[in-house]
Amino acid sequence: MIVNEMEKRLRPPQIKLKPYPPKVVMLASGEKMVVREVKREETGVLLETIYPLIGVPKDFYDIVAARMYAEILGWYRYRVANEFVLVGVIDGVIAGIVNSRLMDEDVGISLHTLAVKRGLRIGAQLFASKMEHHLEILGQKEVLIVAESPIGFRRWMIEYSLENREDKYPKIQHELGGVPTHVLTKSLYDVIRDQKIGGQRPVGLQTLASADVLKAPEEYPQIPGFKRGKQ
Amino acid sequence: MRKVSIVGIGHTIFGNLSDFDLVDVMAFASAEAMDDAGIRKNRKIIDQVIVANMGGGIINHQTGIASSLVSRLDLEPAMAELVENGPASGASAIKIGFACIASGMVDVVMVTGGELMRTVSGWKGTDFVSTLLHPEAEYNYGLTLPAFGGMFTRLYMERYGLTERELAMVAVKNHENAAKNPYAHVTIQCTREAIFDNPDVNTVNPYIAEPLRLYSTCPVSDGAVAVIMCAMNSPKMKYFKKKEPIVISGVGSATDTHCVHQRKDPLRLKAVQLSAERAYKMAGLSPKDISFAELHDAFLVLELAISEEIGFFKSGESKEAVAKGVTRINGSLPINTSGGLKAKGHPVGATGVSQVYELVKQLRGEAEKGRQVKNPKHGLAVNFGGFGNNVVTTICSKE
Repeated sequence: MIVNEMEKRLRPPQIKLKPYPPKVVMLASGEKMVVREVKREETGVLLETIYPLIGVPKDFYDIVAARMYAEILGWYRYRVANEFVLVGVIDGVIAGIVNSRLMDEDVGISLHTLAVKRGLRIGAQLFASKMEHHLEILGQKEVLIVAESPIGFRRWMIEYSLENREDKYPKIQHELGGVPTHVLTKSLYDVIRDQKIGGQRPVGLQTLASADVLKAPEEYPQIPGFKRGKQ
Repeated sequence: MRKVSIVGIGHTIFGNLSDFDLVDVMAFASAEAMDDAGIRKNRKIIDQVIVANMGGGIINHQTGIASSLVSRLDLEPAMAELVENGPASGASAIKIGFACIASGMVDVVMVTGGELMRTVSGWKGTDFVSTLLHPEAEYNYGLTLPAFGGMFTRLYMERYGLTERELAMVAVKNHENAAKNPYAHVTIQCTREAIFDNPDVNTVNPYIAEPLRLYSTCPVSDGAVAVIMCAMNSPKMKYFKKKEPIVISGVGSATDTHCVHQRKDPLRLKAVQLSAERAYKMAGLSPKDISFAELHDAFLVLELAISEEIGFFKSGESKEAVAKGVTRINGSLPINTSGGLKAKGHPVGATGVSQVYELVKQLRGEAEKGRQVKNPKHGLAVNFGGFGNNVVTTICSKE
């Protein structure tokens, strides 16, 4: 009882989040990627997917994977407020993961975007889905965003023409170490929505069922010769 | 004029090699070419090294690359020079190497083309390539190569009725070939349904310079390729017993106005036509004799336009050939069997050498399963510099 009481006090307050409705995107390869929200009990397979990438310095996979691992573990252990996690799933296998959280009802904080499978704009699709969740489904006013890699900077700051809030530092700073903060406002989102947000709804039952049980990838383009269980 | 053959070839993968130094990447390809030729131990028989590179000085902050490569490979006292001719640097270097041998000045030349473009951001890379445009009439107004590619595509569509769907078929073909090429940058096989008939086309295959989409444009790549050439009548030919020599039967190049707007008809690629005519004449061949070709598809429409300028198809009719499968591997005239610049990649200084590498590989019968052209006799490559203002055509043949 004392333990439970202590646990209760350790947990942050939570805003009740609307669920993210699943969607499907046909990638350039013709493969169908289901984008859906992850359930807390699926954390194990997410961590299993992320873990090998912690050792990949190229393209800053190490920092993104290490931080995302901790954030998702924090979500699983109820140590992060208002976090949500989306996955891109191709034939049941995790192709990419994004996570994010709400600072309050109006402001979102984009955490990380990790594409396991590369060359098919999976990261771009998942990041866009995360923004869709913040600004359309959850009805927020803006999302704070930082980039930890040049790829991220090009994909988000440049391609979205994000509003630069660096001049408001230190008053406005993203919680990921206060690196230069950019913002996607709802009005900017409305302008770029049609070019950035993909996906079709509703998802057919068979397609949705293919993404029901998540599997960790057996191959990582970032880790040639990878064999699961031997890392 | 002495007959010149290619006796060794080497190729790095194309893609992101930004962990390596430019000269290292060139050395990898060169060493592979020496191994292929069977002269690693006897490499000092190379008289002349010619390096093809466009941006070492600008984006890698490195000059004197040819001498550096010679030292890296322990090839001193070989002669060494750098050739810079924009994206046609590779074929120009081969042409100059060919001339050195054909004239009798030297017997053995190694041409190594290489580029590291991913060490800088995408927009810096685009800006660097754009420095080949006219500085006052084009570059200063923000024109880039993709912008030219987009305008050229629009004009071609208006005149010949090309559709985005037809253009997507060229991408599907080239990606299919690249998927079987171990050196290709992009090995994803795309489908027309996915890159064109897709409700999410704008996010899966976004516009780069309308009407050019992502899958109608080459990637930004790193990589290096080397070829070793020798005079057929040289006593040094005794060192090259390992592989069947492939003859350079024709080389031609030509120029057109630097400013595209000064051309009477911006859709006419006169330098392409003239360079091909010169190469055909030297080889004593015509378009009908060509078994397959590597054409400079930095933007997909260029594969179509170039194939028409060099006499493969009548103006505006290449799209029907694509639709009928004529230009696929098993078609009667396969084009871009390597995957082309579109999918194999386009490290600018390496591209022209890579095209000739592919000609040699196909003519030797060494292409990978599913990518080998049946019984090829003559292969042709067009390396396109500037926006068509400096073009080199090379024809290689089986002896």
